[in-house]
Amino acid sequence: MKYPTIISSIIVTACIVTVPVVFSDDDRREYRQRSLGVSPVSSPMYKEECSSCHMAYSPGLLPARSWKKIMTGLENHFGDNAELDAETFKNISEFLETNSADNSEYRRSRKIMRSLSDNDTPARISETPYIRNKHDEIPDRLIKGNKKVNTLANCNACHTKAEQGLFSEHGINIPGYGRWDD
Amino acid sequence: MKILLISFITTFLIMQTSFVRAEDNAINILEKSYQDQGAKSGNAQSGEKLWNKTFSGKAPFTERSCKSCHTENLKNNGEHIRTGKALKPLAPSINSVSLSKAKKIKKWFKRNCKWTTGKECSAQDKADILAFIKQQ
Repeated sequence: MKYPTIISSIIVTACIVTVPVVFSDDDRREYRQRSLGVSPVSSPMYKEECSSCHMAYSPGLLPARSWKKIMTGLENHFGDNAELDAETFKNISEFLETNSADNSEYRRSRKIMRSLSDNDTPARISETPYIRNKHDEIPDRLIKGNKKVNTLANCNACHTKAEQGLFSEHGINIPGYGRWDD
Repeated sequence: MKILLISFITTFLIMQTSFVRAEDNAINILEKSYQDQGAKSGNAQSGEKLWNKTFSGKAPFTERSCKSCHTENLKNNGEHIRTGKALKPLAPSINSVSLSKAKKIKKWFKRNCKWTTGKECSAQDKADILAFIKQQ
């Protein structure tokens, strides 16, 4: 094989391999997201470690002080044992705290923060006034009395785009009920 | 034409190598470590008994066993008893990811033994349960 052939082949290969990286629409998506939701989960380790039992909640749903409190009680994590080894613990804590609601520009993170006073350290997302108020018109039978939902902690039972950090009304589908309009 | 052909073949090869699975020796590593801690080699029947044994715990889950979340048949999907989240089957014959990482097995033995039985499992318990799951 001649040199030019080899070199050309390498260049063409490199082009094919990098196409998906260069032409992604991440920028557009991020702009839309900031104006609508909370930051989507970007840490593979957090996703792996924390979504075995429940949805990987966006760190933008609670302030850093809340994440710190949650992470210090993992031996009894809402009744379950969720202990982590030291290295994983450090990595996940850092991810949660740097992307927390008080460190985020996303619209709903800011609203969550505005609803809290400085000395509030909610241990649950559903305890933040913004999230509580948003759900107070929904009758109990659609949440607690709904076998496919059970609890407000089960965001993605109704918010079909919750895993992407999106919670707008047109993404809502309550199991056994359907769309929800305010 | 020649250039394109070579490029496509190279691309294909690059893609393939990234999907090649690491050698599967998680089970061997753990079996050896249990034996180093004094356990005999795992007994699947004892493991099955332990799998089905019920332990008492705090309300609201006063009766706890492996079955609470993973069901009696390891080939089925499980369901997290508190959150309702679907869990993939533990049987390696159905789910090839199951038992493939030593670190993950250790983590879940630690957490789930504590939650289910109230304390950590002994090396022998773990060897037995591993022997039971591996057969599924």
